Amino acid sequence: MATLFHGVGAALTPFSASNKLLLPSPKSESRGAIFLHRSDARVNHAFNLKPATPNQDLFIPNAVATKRETSTKSGHELLLFEALREGLEEEMERDPRVCVMGEDVGHYGGSYKVTKGLAEKYGDLRVLDTPIAENSFTGMGIGAAMTGLRPIVEGMNMGFLLLAFNQISNNCGMLHYTSGGQFTIPIVIRGPGGVGRQLGAEHSQRLESYFQSIPGIQMVACSTPYNAKGLMKAAIRSENPVILFEHVLLYNLKERIPDEEYVLSLEEAEMVRPGEHVTILTYSRMRYHVMQAAKTLVNKGYDPEVIDIRSLKPFDLYTIGCSVKKTHRVLIVEECMRTGGIGASLTAAITENFHDYLDAPIVCLSSQDVPTPYAGTLEEWTVVQPAQIVTAVEQLCQ
Amino acid sequence: MPLSRIASSSHASNLLKPLSAALSLCRSISSDSTSTLTIETSLPFTSHKCDAPPRAVDTSASELFSFFRDMATMRRMEISADSLYKAKLIRGFCHLYDGQEAVAVGMEAAITKKDAIITAYRDHCTFVGRGGTLLEVFGELMGRTCGGSKGKGGSMHLYRKQASFYGGHGIVGAQIPLGCGLAFAQRYSKEENVTFTLYGDGAANQGQLFEALNMAALWDLPAILVCENNHYGMGTAEWRASKSPAYYKRGDYVPGLKVDGMDVLAVKQACKFAKEHALKNGPFILEMDTYRYHGHSMSDPGSTYRTRDEISGVRQERDPIERVRKLLLAHDIASEKELKDLEKQVRKDVDDAIAKAKESPMPDPSELFTHVYVKGLGAESFGADRKEVRATLP
Repeated sequence: MATLFHGVGAALTPFSASNKLLLPSPKSESRGAIFLHRSDARVNHAFNLKPATPNQDLFIPNAVATKRETSTKSGHELLLFEALREGLEEEMERDPRVCVMGEDVGHYGGSYKVTKGLAEKYGDLRVLDTPIAENSFTGMGIGAAMTGLRPIVEGMNMGFLLLAFNQISNNCGMLHYTSGGQFTIPIVIRGPGGVGRQLGAEHSQRLESYFQSIPGIQMVACSTPYNAKGLMKAAIRSENPVILFEHVLLYNLKERIPDEEYVLSLEEAEMVRPGEHVTILTYSRMRYHVMQAAKTLVNKGYDPEVIDIRSLKPFDLYTIGCSVKKTHRVLIVEECMRTGGIGASLTAAITENFHDYLDAPIVCLSSQDVPTPYAGTLEEWTVVQPAQIVTAVEQLCQ
Repeated sequence: MPLSRIASSSHASNLLKPLSAALSLCRSISSDSTSTLTIETSLPFTSHKCDAPPRAVDTSASELFSFFRDMATMRRMEISADSLYKAKLIRGFCHLYDGQEAVAVGMEAAITKKDAIITAYRDHCTFVGRGGTLLEVFGELMGRTCGGSKGKGGSMHLYRKQASFYGGHGIVGAQIPLGCGLAFAQRYSKEENVTFTLYGDGAANQGQLFEALNMAALWDLPAILVCENNHYGMGTAEWRASKSPAYYKRGDYVPGLKVDGMDVLAVKQACKFAKEHALKNGPFILEMDTYRYHGHSMSDPGSTYRTRDEISGVRQERDPIERVRKLLLAHDIASEKELKDLEKQVRKDVDDAIAKAKESPMPDPSELFTHVYVKGLGAESFGADRKEVRATLP
């Protein structure tokens, strides 16, 4: 089993301890770190702690700390889809049982270029172009996994995997249990989901809420190139079926990642920004809306703690719990629907486990319970915007 | 000369045979027990886009005897499961295979344990054919720890990994893409094995069947799709559900063969033929024309959509065990008394297995949380009340 080490806590490389703030627009370069995180997530104090209320005269005019020099760092810069491909390629190199199947993954190189160049390198059988038959090629992947192969099934869009729901729920999730442990299903099902740029209702679905009840599967959502590569590798190495949720709008994020091989833990959450006043739990694209709101909040004198939960099933209640015990206030920002989303489950989990530590009811900001409209302005209003996050934190911290 | 004509005269033959120990399952017959007997199948094969295999099947006395023994065991097992269900020891769904035993037994005779078999929910006999014990079957049906899936799967989830038996699936047709995946894995690892994916005439109308067929044909996967056509999809007759009941032709570009599924030798021949074809040319479809005596499941009497005359007619004329019995008697491989003793022994074995399974305990409550995830995931799982039943998943 490869050594797993937490992404934030890795002490091997100098820059791996930092998490950069990336602006939500996918094309911009990263513009300097906010905080330098240590392995125990203590902030490098360059300024004083802020109190809970904004009326104190201590407030930080400049929310940005030291600028990072990008020229002397080791590692290499790449985009998120390239990070996914790197992770995939390293695993395919390492284990001949790893194979990919999906629509347009082979000769076309993948509709989001995640599998570009792999078919030329590994052949048509290992990087298999399937016909448009999600139900059966997902089933085929599961059948192959039963014999010991490690397939990665790519859904061109997460929404298409609804057609494979029967296979994912019954065969993928439950076979290990109903066979009394005889078969393991080391399959990875991945694909982009989420609200994109005016893609329409059917191509903007968030399936994490539909899959979350299935027993036996693990769900993770990646949000940065660093965790995309780490989670991809961890998912492939895991003996359990893993569903890796990517986001259509995050594929072109650029980040510098280590040259060394690293694998992240599938069940851990990521501390994006430690704080004292409120815990903001988020994942995938909403992380960037939250960080944008965090800038505004810091200017207003708040100190939010932002955690990218990453592991959607099971929740990393340890990290979340430690945070709740510290801040006593929770805000969940997600892209799922209001009804039955990940946020709803997380609210229930936190309330049950950490009720005594909460000073205020948990606020959950999610997308509206509507099909995603095509018109740009309407589409903006279905998902949570940074302004709403700021308002919610202000109300929560009163 | 077709065998059926010899059959009726064989009962009259009364050669005295030495009373070998009928209790031993390994019967020592005369010195030519393994020499080849060539027997013709009772019906010819009908083929689609391929040449039909010859009707003359090579077998041996000991093989015929093992057919009889295996089918008698399966028949007895299913009938006992019927009584156990009525005694409420087996709950939920119980789909019985009696009448169709020839398919399971004939298929085993043609293949090895490295070839994979995957089937739907009528899987008790297929499991036994792959080497599963009676104890595991009854244990699983009654939900005990000695069951094949430790009591957590039930009637529809019997698996045997070491014998390449991949189950046991409850959703109609969902096992077909899985079977396609098994064939893919065989092609990927370049093993010279095939996968037999069994489904019924009811599942033959599922879209995923055609999706899987397309993929198997596209990549020349060694998949053999076997339609066990017992002419009734649950309570609906095949002519009411399928526009084209010629399931062996449904593959269109995939060659197929229609086989008399009540004739174990025909099944063996067809499976052997299909395996050779699949290893060279890709997928193949076999339609086994068979019949189930019981209803679809234990909650179905089986007589509301078909007449009792039909059922008893098939039992009289096409019963697979009776056919083999006639063959054994005709070729002087065994006497009637030996066969009857064997059946008594089988009955005793089944009863012993049931008694032993009844003694086996129900699974411990902590077993609720085992095997949800593979070991290594330190997650917590809660019961419905989220406070009391609580375990850390191993």
